[in-house]
Amino acid sequence: MIVGAGVVGAACAYYAARAGLSVAVVDRGPVAGGTTGAGEGNLLVSDKEAGAELDLALLSTRLWRELAEALPPRDAIEYEPKGGLVVASDGTALTALRALAAGQRAAGVTAHEVAPGELARLEPGLAPGLAGGVHYPQDAQVQPARAAAALLRAARRMGAAVRLGEEVTAVLTGPDGTVRGVRTPRGDLRAPAVVNAAGTWGGHVAALAGTRLPVMPRRGFVLVTEPLPPGFVRHKVYAADYVADVASGSADLQSSAVVEGTPAGPVLIGATRERVGFDRTLSTEALHRLAARAVALFPALERVHAIRAYCGFRPYLPDHLPAIGPDPRVPGLHHACGHEGAGIGLAPATAVLVTAALTGAEPPVPAAPFRPDRFTP
Amino acid sequence: MTPSADLAVVGAGPAGLAAAVTAADRGLRVVLLDAGERPGGQIHRHAAGQAHPPSLHGRRHFAPRARRLAAHRRAGRVTHLPAHHVWTVVPHDGADGAWALHAVAGPDEAPATVHARTVLLATGAYERHLPFPGWTLPGVVGAGGAQALLKSGLVLPGRRVVVAGSGPLLLAVAGSLAAAGARVPAVVEAADYTAYASGLPTLLRNPGKLAEAALHGGTLLRHAARLLTRHAVTAAHGTTRVEAVTVTRLDRDWRPVPGTSRRVPCDALAVGHGLVPQLELATGLGCATRRTPDDTPALVVDADQATTVPGVWAAGETGGVGGADLALTEGEIAADAIAHALRGTPRDPRRTAALTRRRARLRAFADTMAAAHRPGPGWTGWLDDTTEVCRCEEVTAGRVREAVADLGAHDARTVKLLTRAGMGWCQGRMCGQAVARLAGEPPAPDRRPLSCPVPLGHLAAPPTTDPTDRGARA
Ligand SMILES: Cc1cc2nc3c(=O)[nH]c(=O)nc-3n(C[C@H](O)[C@H](O)[C@H](O)COP(=O)(O)OP(=O)(O)OC[C@H]3O[C@@H](n4cnc5c(N)ncnc54)[C@H](O)[C@@H]3O)c2cc1C
Ligand SMILES: Cc1cc2nc3c(=O)[nH]c(=O)nc-3n(C[C@H](O)[C@H](O)[C@H](O)COP(=O)(O)OP(=O)(O)OC[C@H]3O[C@@H](n4cnc5c(N)ncnc54)[C@H](O)[C@@H]3O)c2cc1C
Repeated sequence: MIVGAGVVGAACAYYAARAGLSVAVVDRGPVAGGTTGAGEGNLLVSDKEAGAELDLALLSTRLWRELAEALPPRDAIEYEPKGGLVVASDGTALTALRALAAGQRAAGVTAHEVAPGELARLEPGLAPGLAGGVHYPQDAQVQPARAAAALLRAARRMGAAVRLGEEVTAVLTGPDGTVRGVRTPRGDLRAPAVVNAAGTWGGHVAALAGTRLPVMPRRGFVLVTEPLPPGFVRHKVYAADYVADVASGSADLQSSAVVEGTPAGPVLIGATRERVGFDRTLSTEALHRLAARAVALFPALERVHAIRAYCGFRPYLPDHLPAIGPDPRVPGLHHACGHEGAGIGLAPATAVLVTAALTGAEPPVPAAPFRPDRFTP
Repeated sequence: MTPSADLAVVGAGPAGLAAAVTAADRGLRVVLLDAGERPGGQIHRHAAGQAHPPSLHGRRHFAPRARRLAAHRRAGRVTHLPAHHVWTVVPHDGADGAWALHAVAGPDEAPATVHARTVLLATGAYERHLPFPGWTLPGVVGAGGAQALLKSGLVLPGRRVVVAGSGPLLLAVAGSLAAAGARVPAVVEAADYTAYASGLPTLLRNPGKLAEAALHGGTLLRHAARLLTRHAVTAAHGTTRVEAVTVTRLDRDWRPVPGTSRRVPCDALAVGHGLVPQLELATGLGCATRRTPDDTPALVVDADQATTVPGVWAAGETGGVGGADLALTEGEIAADAIAHALRGTPRDPRRTAALTRRRARLRAFADTMAAAHRPGPGWTGWLDDTTEVCRCEEVTAGRVREAVADLGAHDARTVKLLTRAGMGWCQGRMCGQAVARLAGEPPAPDRRPLSCPVPLGHLAAPPTTDPTDRGARA
């Protein structure tokens, strides 16, 4: 029984059904109605330091490539292996970027340094005067909502039951505390295993099961421009300071702008990161920073119009790693949430870990760093 | 720093104009912003060089207020900022007011920011469109849009114009087209005017409305137009431009009745299905909404026209589509209330009572009309799977239906995410209503954090100065 039809829940449904398990997914809203619908769909290895999360990302990168072939029809998830380009504005940033890339290479990432004079060949619109950059051919892109919907549809075709518009109001447990299923306004749904894929609301679902998982919202704004001619921005381009933002624990507004073109023409600029609870009010400061950074990278954007802005709430845990796997405190409860700004990218690898735990198979990467009970109360 | 304005009014249609001049009468410093070049909004649209719109309503209601506006501008009590499209209103933490309004100004798209202690949202409405096969052909125009073009002294959409859709505006449009020399072979109305019968007491208390309807009717009769109720244009035909339309009878739910179709030749079709309040500035601020009897979101306002967000008022179509007289009345009530709230300006109880009675009468009438013209669920029967629903992104009804039936979309937002319907230049103003109904839900309130396209250079630049601080008088 999977709670949540975001990209993570949908991926869990797909891999669990493929492994022959009997699967049901329940969500209080439509497919991708949570943070998945507000995400950008970057599948990045470039922004992660060597470590557990990068291993998960590398596995996911392979899995997304397979899924792009396996999920009908062609182009269902709008997979694009366009590659990333991280640029450094000065020597200090370049030094930090080189160090990051060296560690990533050791972990299996392909990363090519690009000399200042070569940047224009990869991205003709880039501002002059940058100190250099690193090209990451493994960085890719999917359309998050379509990816979640396609995974869920494929799971349904393998027999999974999908119940949308039904909120889980209780997690049922037996006398010994073992999970027995979930309760929704339409009745009790029995299952020996419940997967908490409730994203930013994962802490709430954990509480329903009588345990604690400190998932909190981290707001992000994205700016969308009017359609531009193809080739205006070719890769996922961002400044090296983004890497520092992602790992920061500060509540203040941080911004780095990943600038990228989309097949339909608009350029996406995102995203800010700040901890303000679930506040949807437009932050002109956030838009200002996104626009300023994007224009600094691509000066021609100055005269381009933003036609849309949106925000979403990333599910984050204090150490910026997701919670994946069985919860030893509540037998039968599994978690797959708290992926912060990387849940789209990490969804398939997460699902493979969860499925391995459910079937008793050997996990393809170590699951220990993602233990859900690692936070002391 | 001195406060730049007591009140910022967004929209210079009947509601905003009435509110701005009344508030200035009461001694408030007012900034009036409007995306258009001239005051008057949708109904009093008029050509450059015209002192006021040529209509009766224009002479009686617009001209005196425009004169008062000019006097207040000269006296420095009102700063009128035409051609300022406000793209967002946000709380502002400063001595110069509680709100900041950010705008894109003029043809060169200059940035402008206005600060004010209170805000009145009088942003009016836009036209509701329901798609049908052929609606993207040249020669098919919005009914309100055709009206607006005529009023601006521009061209007729064609010589032989079928007017179709639903709502009282159709009669006005047909009347204007006929008066301007077009032939109107038919006015095709999906609702049944006998539905008004249940609202007859309301109608009888609105003699003005009856006179208006009779006037439209009279013009139409003189020009031999036929009014077909409970009918719809279910397809438009032509290769390079519309040459004919199919007119079909509808049942009570707006389902086409098989075997009742006939072709009507024409060279233009003016079509619209009523109006939808323009709410994105208000929803961006967190103002609560309600549903009007035609299932359309509108703002919740109290007896003083205050929204649920303290310091933000609303008047006119934003609180529910109800016509120009209601908009004027609400603008006056709001201005009195704001002056009272800010300055303790006493309110004349007789005037307040009279305005309140008038508002109640007009609002009741608007509700009756809205219920009668509420789109029936059967309209989706006009669509075939290849009909384009979202024109900006070229999304067909078939793709929307697939997203709903096959991919787990239950609402317009998810359909948009899965198909791109509503993601284009117009941000769903054209297709949002139709997409929501295809997804099986009544349309949700508009959410558009940017009310209009904003140059990235604006956003990237450091915060701009307030044009009213420079004493600018446009
Ligand atoms: C602006 C922004 C940009 C981003 N960009 C990227 C990016 O480029 N790449 C990337 O990898 N990630 C990105 N992310 C992060 C990514 O969107 C998230 O990590 C990911 O979507 C999380 O997916 P999820 O399935 O865990 O959660 P969600 O998509 O939020 O799904 C959780 C679901 O659980 C349901 N639910 C919750 N409680 C209950 C209940 N009690 N009963 C029933 N259902 C319930 C919700 O309705 C929801 O549908 C971005 C996020 C934001 C905000
Ligand atoms: C296309 C159209 C044609 C119409 N034709 C007729 C007609 O012929 N006869 C009739 O009786 N009624 C007509 N109506 C109905 C008419 O709009 C109302 O009865 C009346 O004008 C409502 O007054 P209002 O002040 O609430 O809004 P409006 O008159 O619509 O005024 C709203 C004003 O706000 C401005 N505005 C909106 N958003 C912003 C923003 N973000 N920033 C700055 N300015 C903004 C607009 O430019 C507009 O001037 C028409 C409506 C439409 C939409």
